[in-house]
Amino acid sequence: MTDIIYTDNNATTQVAPEVLEAMMPYFHDLYGNPSSMHTFGGQVADALRTARQKVAALINADPGEILFTGCGTESDNTAIRAAIASNPGKRHILTTRVEHPAIKNVCEHLAKVGYRVTYLPVDRQGRLDLEQLEAGISDDTALVSIMWANNETGVIFPIDEIARIVREKGIVFHTDAVQAAGKVPVDVQKTPVDMLSLSGHKVHAPKGVGVLYVRKKTKFSPFLIGGHQEGGRRGGTENVASIVGLGKACESAATHLGEQNGRIRALRDKLENALLEKIPHAMVHGDPDHRLPNTTSISFEYVEGEAILLMMNEFGICASSGSACTSGSLEPSHVLRAMGVPFTAVHGSIRFSLSVYNQEKEIDLIIDKMPRIIRRLRELSPFWRQAQQAAARG
Amino acid sequence: MWEYTDKVKDHFLNPRNAGVIENPDGIGEVGSLACGDALTLMFTVDDQRRIKDARFQTFGCASAIASSSALTEMIKGMTLEEAAKVTNEDIARFLGGLPKEKMHCSVMGRDALEKAIAYYRGQPEKKVEGEIVCECFGVTDVDIERAVRENHLTTVEDVTGYTKAGGGCESCHEKIEAIIEKAHGEQQATPPKPARLTNIEKIRLIEETLEREIAPSLRKDGGDLELVDVEGDTVLVRLRGACASCAASQVTLKDYVESKLREMVTPELVVEEVR
Repeated sequence: MTDIIYTDNNATTQVAPEVLEAMMPYFHDLYGNPSSMHTFGGQVADALRTARQKVAALINADPGEILFTGCGTESDNTAIRAAIASNPGKRHILTTRVEHPAIKNVCEHLAKVGYRVTYLPVDRQGRLDLEQLEAGISDDTALVSIMWANNETGVIFPIDEIARIVREKGIVFHTDAVQAAGKVPVDVQKTPVDMLSLSGHKVHAPKGVGVLYVRKKTKFSPFLIGGHQEGGRRGGTENVASIVGLGKACESAATHLGEQNGRIRALRDKLENALLEKIPHAMVHGDPDHRLPNTTSISFEYVEGEAILLMMNEFGICASSGSACTSGSLEPSHVLRAMGVPFTAVHGSIRFSLSVYNQEKEIDLIIDKMPRIIRRLRELSPFWRQAQQAAARG
Repeated sequence: MWEYTDKVKDHFLNPRNAGVIENPDGIGEVGSLACGDALTLMFTVDDQRRIKDARFQTFGCASAIASSSALTEMIKGMTLEEAAKVTNEDIARFLGGLPKEKMHCSVMGRDALEKAIAYYRGQPEKKVEGEIVCECFGVTDVDIERAVRENHLTTVEDVTGYTKAGGGCESCHEKIEAIIEKAHGEQQATPPKPARLTNIEKIRLIEETLEREIAPSLRKDGGDLELVDVEGDTVLVRLRGACASCAASQVTLKDYVESKLREMVTPELVVEEVR
């Protein structure tokens, strides 16, 4: 097997060695149930408490505001359900056209059972118009849910401003910060969000653990009803080892923010600039001034994303695509289409997302391989030939 | 990640006959940039009306490129009459199968071939037959009905896999269901004959099925089998390793090997053990 060059960190990340080490005792030695009355279980409850503090510290929250869940999707579902359950008279939800499926598909489902959903559009750079946001809120609005940063393009929304607008209207505001956490500073004391979702496996903790931050005094109703775990707000015995791992991962993430914004941003920029320079008819998507430091979404016109990914795969390079063929449906990326990216480019879009584990020599190898891959596929493409002929005719 | 056969991967990474024929005798273009895949098929014919050279240009995913490559390999040397009989199933079979969500790639190949032959014969460009059912991908009721009949499709999901219809906004799903029901109502009256395989095709398919579908699971249990011969519809195999001495080997042979081969190749097959 070729060495893997992993640049798909918005999909999932490697569990950090220190995270794995912190988790290990909780599988075999310290297997007690944190709800038990004996000391053996009690020490596990202590570990949960410490993890909760560490997670809270990453976003400057109070530990009591941290709810552990099974994944980011559960956090998003819980937030939406809690908001509509605590506002029974209201039938309107305001969100955007570029949300993750964990929000988008829940809203689409609710629209089928009688809710009114407004999807705010974005411009060519993936930006929202805050006047439209303000105009979209009504007395009937139960919840506004807008992501902090986009998983496909890395575009960061002005979440401070958005949260303030929504708060002023007295509406519950939730943000999916799954991609933002660990990459850019997230501070719930500065940003007046009511609820915020995080996911463990995007920040070098394992899959299968998520967080919902619920600001004190926010009306809440549980999604999973069961035992009294998480203060009765989420039933089910805690995923102790993963939660301990997530605590450690959040602690590490806080120390890596500088590196994300420095070294990783520089690697991302190097990759992006080199690909744009070496490959004609390539374009980057998303607001260049407000973007996650690790993400670039770049399109190569006249070729198709799945074919690009499989050729990259031959060199061990891992990334993602917004093309229809990779989505599991036949529809290409709803994010790029919402941005008005032309079809010639949507199908050939590739997302590279870096982590602190990426090294410069890996980026150099990608820069070396990509032009050849794109050239090869373009040689096969009838549209490339047509475009070349049209260009030759002037 | 899609599960592609080694043959699909090979034809994707090393496409045969990629390129352009200047002044071809036949040319067929299907698909569009918006749809996400497109194929231009070109061929020349000799004075015996046999396809002498075939080339393709394809924009699309790995299976679209592999299907195009496979198609050109298949039709080279065929008479136009033979080529006109190539079905999308043939293309998929040549590649050792395609994921069902990707069958539309083989349908695209068949459509391009049809168009290229019509071009050669000087037949006018076929007008869009029937009525558009799927607005998102511009698929007509005639296209859907044909895919349902030829491939015995039973669900909307299948139809989407073969024609793309219904893969967008999903508002046409009820219409697609109605077409499936209609087609099946008629089919029960006249059961379709399964496509007949040539002997070479049959043997190749048996080999592939044994290697890809059957041997790996036997090997997991320390056994193995080899193909000795194929006489008509009788498949002669020799059991090896743990299988050779296993008391349950006859059950494995009939219940597993035979039924798998019948499913994948043709229902008439009988498997017999050679000792």
